[in-house]
Amino acid sequence: MARYAMVIDTTKCVGCMDCVVACKTENNVPEGFNRDWIAYETIGKFPILHMEIRSERCNHCDNPPCVYTCPTGASHISEIGGIVLVDYDKCIGCKACIAACPYDARFIHPDGYATKCTFCEHRVVEGLDPACVATCPTHCMYFGDLEDPNSEVSKLLQSRKYHVLQPETGTKPQIFYLI
Amino acid sequence: MNELVITRHNEMIDPHLSIWGWEIPVYLFLGGLVAGMMIISGYFILTGRTKNTLCSCFRIPVIGIVAISLGMFALFLDLEHKLYVWNLYINFKWQSPMSWGAWILIFIYPILILGILIRIPDEIGQRFPKLLDLSNKLRNKQQFVKLLGALSMIFGGLLGAYTAVLLSAFSARPAWNSPMLWTLFLASGLSSAAALVHLIGKDPAERHMLAKADNGFLIAELIIIILMIIGFVSSSKVHIDAARLILSGPFTAVFWVFVVFIGIIIPFIIQILSVNNKIPHTNVAPILVMIGGLILRFIVVYAGQYSHWSRNVFTGY
Ligand code: SF4
Ligand code: SF4
Repeated sequence: MARYAMVIDTTKCVGCMDCVVACKTENNVPEGFNRDWIAYETIGKFPILHMEIRSERCNHCDNPPCVYTCPTGASHISEIGGIVLVDYDKCIGCKACIAACPYDARFIHPDGYATKCTFCEHRVVEGLDPACVATCPTHCMYFGDLEDPNSEVSKLLQSRKYHVLQPETGTKPQIFYLI
Repeated sequence: MNELVITRHNEMIDPHLSIWGWEIPVYLFLGGLVAGMMIISGYFILTGRTKNTLCSCFRIPVIGIVAISLGMFALFLDLEHKLYVWNLYINFKWQSPMSWGAWILIFIYPILILGILIRIPDEIGQRFPKLLDLSNKLRNKQQFVKLLGALSMIFGGLLGAYTAVLLSAFSARPAWNSPMLWTLFLASGLSSAAALVHLIGKDPAERHMLAKADNGFLIAELIIIILMIIGFVSSSKVHIDAARLILSGPFTAVFWVFVVFIGIIIPFIIQILSVNNKIPHTNVAPILVMIGGLILRFIVVYAGQYSHWSRNVFTGY
């Protein structure tokens, strides 16, 4: 089975937010909400500071607490490459998955169900990249199958240094940030 | 320095989680209260107090059904996708504390109803003689009554523990993520229940005993609070930050004044005096205990939503 993942090159990201706009348009994300966003993290001691700009979203974790905590099975791991999805017709809007996500990647859609990034599953099944990846003007985002050693994402992770967000939470995020 | 700025501002998520308002603390309080009442009632039944017609164990199930129904209604109000609520009861997800809770609540009802049936209120008995017959028959079946007492204690314990496990299972929220939270909620549920039964009790000996028991629960609560704080401050940075919420942060004053001082210490002193016959039993202490228990649930639910893995809880970064 495929294991879809995203690799984001933080040395190329300029924080232009095209990925944010692309996602909102592609997925009809309601006003006032975002499925993806930009994080600017500054670390160090003045004057020696290091800044990382990165595009963040649901990490489609391999060990997803949002799925485990969901009382109805609405949150689930899809057979399509391990993407974490929500079945809106099963969701009761209890918000347990929102509390369980250490990345605050989810929110309640104005219609009442929990929602978040889907890795643009509807595009992926047609062989397309997620909208954010396809739009990025600096080409800093890559999408692919980690089970395939010849995929671009696998090769990047073999050749470059990377980090994931809050690995200490044990969620095994599947979005990798190249540094 | 480590400064994190994000462009996201989702409702109920940023600047800190605010998904759960008054409904959840009220539900957790009522759940804990009913749990404590079931344990007390089960204990009364198992120790043969059903021979005393004044025993509170006959009134507890009636109040319990009302309280748990109000709690479930509060929980229902909190749901954002209400019309789909039935999905809870066509699934059982063993990894989900919320799923366990939904099913435990279902088992609570028959136990409470049987608890009412073993001595139905006189007015109802006069109107429905067949029900009175059934009630008398059930009460005389010793094995059955004992089994009911045991089930009441077991499910009361499960319900009381579950109300906390629901929160402590969220490792993403450090202030909830304590293995001791369930003992705190259970002790607090028991003390609130002892207080309520003390308030409604008609038998002076029973009221005296409950005041004594309540003092034990209050002391247990205080010790658990101290141990929990020690557990947090000797843990990782995010847990130390979580402890700061009640040690030097936004919840400090309300926690120490309302939960510890007004909800535990003052009623403890009043009840020590009354059980030693220095002052008569009053309703003040039990009412304070229940207020403290309710405010505890509010603080825990809100503090947990404040605490975070990647952002400092005070500055938002
Ligand atoms: S990032 Fe959050 S919502 Fe996404 S899979 Fe991980 S825990 Fe679930
Ligand atoms: S809000 Fe919906 S998806 Fe999230 S845990 Fe509750 S039922 Fe599951």
